[in-house]
Amino acid sequence: MNMTITSYKKRLQQLQPLIALFLLCLIIAIFSDRFMTVTNLWNVMRQISVNICIAVGMTLVIISAGIDLSVGSILAFAGAVTASFLSMGAEIPFFGIYIGFTPLGAILVGITMGGVLGLVNGWVITYFKVQPFVATLAMLTIARGLTMLWTQGYPISSLGKEFASLGTGWFLGVPIPVWIAAIVTLLAVFVMKKTRFGRYIYAIGGNERAARLSGIKVNRVKTLVYMLSGMLAAVGGILVTSRLDSAQPNAGMGYELDAIAAVVIGGTSLSGGRGLIMGTVLGAIIIGVLNNGLVLLGVSPFWQQVVKGLVILIAVIIDRSQHKDKK
Amino acid sequence: MVSLRNITKQFNGVYALRDVSIEFPAAKVIALVGENGAGKSTLMNILSGVYADYEGELVYQNDVVRFQGPRDAQDYGITIIHQELNLIPYLSVVENIFLGRELITPWGALDTPKMKTVAKQLLSRLKLELDLDTPVSQLKVGECQLIEIAKALLVESEVVIMDEPTSAISESEVYALYDIIRDLKASGKTVVYISHKMKELFTLADEYVVLRDGQVVQQGLMAEVNEQQLVNMMVGRTLAERVECGERVTDKAVLRVNHLSLLHPLKEDMLLEDLSFELCKGEILGIFGLMGAGRTELLETLFGLRGKPATGSFSFDEEEVSFFSSPNEALRWGLALVPEDRKSDGLVLGMDVRSNLTLSVLSSLEKLGVLADVQEKELCRQYVERLRIKTATDQQYVGHLSGGNQQKVVLAKYLATQPKVLMLDEPTRGIDVYAKGEIYDLIREQAAAGLGVIVVSSELPELFAVADRILVMCDGRITKQFKTEEATEESILQAALPDK
Ligand SMILES: Nc1ncnc2c1ncn2[C@@H]1O[C@H](COP(=O)(O)OP(=O)(O)OP(=O)(O)O)[C@@H](O)[C@H]1O
Ligand SMILES: [Mg+2]
Repeated sequence: MNMTITSYKKRLQQLQPLIALFLLCLIIAIFSDRFMTVTNLWNVMRQISVNICIAVGMTLVIISAGIDLSVGSILAFAGAVTASFLSMGAEIPFFGIYIGFTPLGAILVGITMGGVLGLVNGWVITYFKVQPFVATLAMLTIARGLTMLWTQGYPISSLGKEFASLGTGWFLGVPIPVWIAAIVTLLAVFVMKKTRFGRYIYAIGGNERAARLSGIKVNRVKTLVYMLSGMLAAVGGILVTSRLDSAQPNAGMGYELDAIAAVVIGGTSLSGGRGLIMGTVLGAIIIGVLNNGLVLLGVSPFWQQVVKGLVILIAVIIDRSQHKDKK
Repeated sequence: MVSLRNITKQFNGVYALRDVSIEFPAAKVIALVGENGAGKSTLMNILSGVYADYEGELVYQNDVVRFQGPRDAQDYGITIIHQELNLIPYLSVVENIFLGRELITPWGALDTPKMKTVAKQLLSRLKLELDLDTPVSQLKVGECQLIEIAKALLVESEVVIMDEPTSAISESEVYALYDIIRDLKASGKTVVYISHKMKELFTLADEYVVLRDGQVVQQGLMAEVNEQQLVNMMVGRTLAERVECGERVTDKAVLRVNHLSLLHPLKEDMLLEDLSFELCKGEILGIFGLMGAGRTELLETLFGLRGKPATGSFSFDEEEVSFFSSPNEALRWGLALVPEDRKSDGLVLGMDVRSNLTLSVLSSLEKLGVLADVQEKELCRQYVERLRIKTATDQQYVGHLSGGNQQKVVLAKYLATQPKVLMLDEPTRGIDVYAKGEIYDLIREQAAAGLGVIVVSSELPELFAVADRILVMCDGRITKQFKTEEATEESILQAALPDK
């Protein structure tokens, strides 16, 4: 009987972010009649999708007790690469060869690029034993620089209707980016819950040495995690590029912070080993709704930042007080 | 004087302690005994202020008190040496000893020279010679345990609780601790001593309290019981007959180590020097040595944790191998190591019992890339039953198990890999007397099934109980080999001491 009470309590705790989100929506809806409209809500969701993609990757990284600061820059780079491959094909320097790409081809190249940069992150971290914070901080600068080099600092625009529909289109009454975010989420939930790889990520984040002694190829798993994070950042980059129909060289600046915030609000511990994908998704939605609400309520942009920071703090404090026995 | 009255404590609806009342008189050493998971550590955590939410009351010098944390309890004069190590790996020995109680010069700077002097004195009382500036991450588990003791001795207290302070220290190294405990007693302090080593309890304790399933079942004077009676009280059932497996040692070598040497990673020094030995199928080989003899290093080298050895090679199951480059490779070949320190090497504390137990065999539980839930649960259930791991469900956090049960989970994790050679580094650290017997049976059973087993232990009785052959190591070298029947305690200890 006692067990049912505790599991009931546990269930309630898991619901807490949902309740918080509900209250948040309620408050905004009371003060602004533009919030609860179909157009606005889909718009918000469309915007949130990008952060969800990035934050899901970030969750994997953080559960493995790492961090990935480079996602914003990787997003920009992947967006730029995709855009340039789309708009003019790739002109390979020195050879003068010109190859054209279908949107799908260009997208795959973009995602691959993200994966490659993520792989470099993972390699530097595992092979040279550089701390994730430092390695990905370096990548943050490097990838941004590469983006500038690639674009020469100019946006790449007019990418074709087909590509633009990815970011702005609808499928079965739901924006396509939302579909993509949903698929990414479901896949990640599946991987974390049902596969060996997911279990290994938790184990490595919880106790890397014990994981290694259990025969886990720690370096390989970690590298893969950073690669996935890079690929998901690239997906985000492609969505952003497509929505704007333009790849901006300074796209995605500061996105890593929003992603980390979503992860943290979702109850994932920055020290690794604990966390849930669904928590992150809720976290991302809370941030997105909050952003939208603050705008609708006419709060000044300066105050918006303060409020956002406070929300992150409160979320974490509540979470910590519930998990204090688990450290 | 301190007493506990009607203490009840539950975790998520599961009782760890039920209506426990005990008095701890001054100037006495009280042995608190019980099986793994009986509730000893939980009770002591209440006494020392770690848990503030419990039912019942704690009376200290005639006042009812409720400590609001370990520091609060310490200020009242109650100190605890915890069962699990709590040192900060990258801080040095002195820094750890003085953590939170640093000595300060009149103008606010750290008074390092003074701290070092005090630390040196403390360690010399424990007969421990160490460079005070070494980070504790470079020390052995046993040394860490001694530092925990030193830390506790730093504060003057009326009640000193020791929760398995010697689980990683060998018998010949605990005498210094005995002296300290006698000093404490002579100066009127209360010492509560938890240990699964009967010999220690009978040497030290004046009184005993037996806990079983969270309740006090018996208390009395140590002089009035013998070991068998005490064990029976703890277990509460008559012990099953031990099974002997008969002849199981074969002459087929499964592991052959040739001239293995290992360099010290930092110093120009050998950690292991020219080791050669052989292990047959079905054989249990004991390795004895004092702290720093190189036992753990030997096992870790074989297991692929120490990189390429300076010289030597080994053959495994009739195949020549130069060395294993990672635990993954070793495990794939069928060589498993149950590590010494469960908290840092053995377990992922934040994961549940099931995930920990199956971590080493997940690939075999996969179907089309998806983990097979049913098989995983079944595997876990088997081992929980076989090793009698006391856990509420298989989804309990492993960090919430009692120390001995955590150890069993580590053991199960590596047994599950079904190795050909099983290396055990202090396999019964923190395991109660009865369960120890069961684990020895299990080791014998495994050997009878054709496994080669290496047991490293600093407890001679343990080696006498399980090993067929005993290697003695000292300073990275094998100094002697014995057949167990021919070995005596003296001859082994003599071989283990440096510079004869
Ligand atoms: N934080 C916790 N959450 C849930 N259950 C716990 C927690 N701490 C202890 N328990 C449970 O309480 C019981 C008593 O544990 P305790 O650590 O006191 O045992 P012990 O007598 O010290 O055993 P050992 O000899 O193995 O150290 C165990 O069944 C354990 O699983
Ligand atoms: Mg205990």
